[in-house]
Amino acid sequence: MKFRTFPGGVHPAEEKELSEHCAFEIMPAPSMVVLPLSQHLGKQARPTVEKRAFVARGQVVAEADGFISSPVHAPIAGMVKSIGRESHSSGYAKEALVIVPAELKEGESLPEPQRMAAINPETASVEQIRTRVRDAGIVGQGGAAFPTYVKLTPPEGKRIDTVILNGCECEPYLTRDDRFMLERPDAIVSGLRLIMRALDVATGVIGIENNKPQAIAAMEKAVAGKPGVSVCPLKTKYPQGAEKMLIKAVRGREVPPGKLPLDVGVVIQNIGTAVAIHDAIASGEPSITAALTVTGRGIRTPKNLLVPVGTPLSDVIAFCGGLTEDAAKVIVGGPMMGVAQHNLQAPVMKATSGIVVLTRDEVAAHEETACLRCGRCVDVCPLHLNPSRLARLAQRGMIEEAEQLNITVCMECGSCAFTCPAHIPLVQWLRLGKQRVIHLQRNRK
Amino acid sequence: MSSVTVTEATTGPELLLSTSPHLHSRWTTKQIMWFVVLALVPCVISSVVYFGPFQLVIIATAVLFAVGTEAAIQRLLRKPIAIADGSAVITGLLLGLIVPPNFSPVFTALGAVFSIAIGKMVFGGLGYNIFNPALVGRAFLQAAFPVAITTWTIPQYAIDAVSKATPLAALKFDHVVTPITPLVVGNVGGSLGETSAIAVLLGGIFLLVTGVANWRVPAAMTVGVIVFGGALWLFDPNAPDPLFHIFAGSFLFGALFMATDYVTSPMTGRGMWIYGLGISLVLVLIRVYGGLPEGVMYSILFMNAFVPLINRYTQPKLFGEGKA
Repeated sequence: MKFRTFPGGVHPAEEKELSEHCAFEIMPAPSMVVLPLSQHLGKQARPTVEKRAFVARGQVVAEADGFISSPVHAPIAGMVKSIGRESHSSGYAKEALVIVPAELKEGESLPEPQRMAAINPETASVEQIRTRVRDAGIVGQGGAAFPTYVKLTPPEGKRIDTVILNGCECEPYLTRDDRFMLERPDAIVSGLRLIMRALDVATGVIGIENNKPQAIAAMEKAVAGKPGVSVCPLKTKYPQGAEKMLIKAVRGREVPPGKLPLDVGVVIQNIGTAVAIHDAIASGEPSITAALTVTGRGIRTPKNLLVPVGTPLSDVIAFCGGLTEDAAKVIVGGPMMGVAQHNLQAPVMKATSGIVVLTRDEVAAHEETACLRCGRCVDVCPLHLNPSRLARLAQRGMIEEAEQLNITVCMECGSCAFTCPAHIPLVQWLRLGKQRVIHLQRNRK
Repeated sequence: MSSVTVTEATTGPELLLSTSPHLHSRWTTKQIMWFVVLALVPCVISSVVYFGPFQLVIIATAVLFAVGTEAAIQRLLRKPIAIADGSAVITGLLLGLIVPPNFSPVFTALGAVFSIAIGKMVFGGLGYNIFNPALVGRAFLQAAFPVAITTWTIPQYAIDAVSKATPLAALKFDHVVTPITPLVVGNVGGSLGETSAIAVLLGGIFLLVTGVANWRVPAAMTVGVIVFGGALWLFDPNAPDPLFHIFAGSFLFGALFMATDYVTSPMTGRGMWIYGLGISLVLVLIRVYGGLPEGVMYSILFMNAFVPLINRYTQPKLFGEGKA
């Protein structure tokens, strides 16, 4: 059988076997949660509680500030200890609320746990779906954490004909979406159908890489008899789960540079997002639990976990038996696009999909040599850029040339740097070049 | 990869920081270079089998002087000594394998020095040279020692009919066509490493299967020689058939080991096709109408010069802007 895919890409070792057999475990509430006001793309949320206020589990503690923003809810009951700058897995300190268990005095009591009313997913109206997704603070689980409500409210005049659920999980190591598909296939299909209803779309496709045969089988069973929804098995290749690559593989359409999936009539949502939407509608649960894979040879007991949002990384790592002796790098997200951490006090956020710990041997640095012009980076770039040339331009400060050669199109998937035999940090140079081009464009205005 | 190690404030572990991606394929520059060296071993063996053990002296001289020249120049320029990357070893090996049997080791040494100094280091070293260094050295020898470089020793087990000269020279000057079988096996006159198609293919296929060499260049050259060589063969009774073009002289050696050199060939897929087809066109023209019997060296050097231009005009179309 020939599986659909896209041209280019790479085949890193999948490493899914470390955690794919581990069913989700619920991690107990930690003694402290750190809730960044910015857990999403867009404007950071505005706090609605004061320092030292008592909050209930599920209560809104910060509200959306504008259209592209998302509210934050308290994942545990307790007291707001502080509102200020805290560690953030992006590497920068960001505004956050810290909630600790309350020390109640005589006569004081915690507010009652809050939960929104359950709505029957089969009958929920478009307006009910959108409002609930917004109020529940749901953001995209695929990594970029774009507020989901915005994606369910397309601008007037955009014709959308397909919703694709992204079950590729093309990042090596991560198995969160795989577990969701095995454990909650009906919630996923329900979430997909809610998305389709909100967008008035008749076709929903679940794209899954063929290294997850059990997930494909489970989803095929779940979609059976449901009109308009289907499963599309895809070739296992990184970055199959990138939006543009996924649309190319599933629908054969190419999103032009600088355009969005909805410009070619497609909306993509992640598997985890579909589950979150179903839970928000069917049981009124806001986005206070992160589903993530904790894995890698640098962690003692790899697990798939359901963790209260805001739990410090160090607590999660400790819950998985801690780091091994030779642990060398802690990555939040997948190993291809994730961010290496320097401070394990940074919290798990709504869209945190995994913690991958690599060992000393696995991260051993190789000597960088001159570019051999072998063309491997050009071969693998899924967006058909010339990474070696762009990196050279960025390195030499030739920013306008880099702009002309479309450096800003780069999505930093890392396929080029993965494949480069000269071990040139291509993504690093491309990122620098992109930032300088954006700076240049800003100054031009 | 630029990275930093940070120590957690007090008791935490030492954590490595670097930007994504955090994984890397198994390839390194060094590994690629040593794979090429390994792929040339069958050619070294075939040169000894057909032309005697003295050929090892020639090959060793070429390697030694190529590596020595690179080290000396890097030392002189106070640059890091990078001979361990294996690229100079390859240049030496390639040069040693494309001189005639029993060629003077002194001349070979001169050629090796020229290859590295003029062919590679003046451009800035590995990754920056325009022309294939081994071929630059060979071209220098052709100009400096025209007689010695065209004096062919008869292979030890030669069949009489083909022992007078190289098959290409026999065809050009005496209108004698060498049958395919000796060309494939390699018991014909020619440069050290190129006479045995079996040995060349063994190494070449190893490079293609492991993905070290890109298949497009040899594929394009083969298609080119069949199309252009075939066209001439159909219209000109004196032109050899395409099969002869493929198995005689340095065609296979050039297609698999010379034209596939990363640095001096295009980076884009379409560019590789243009480059390979161009080499074959020039090659067929030199072989059929030129004054020299062989043209692989000049045709590759000729197309090397166009590589920057080819790269520029074959940039793939951006994803989403129509078919590449």
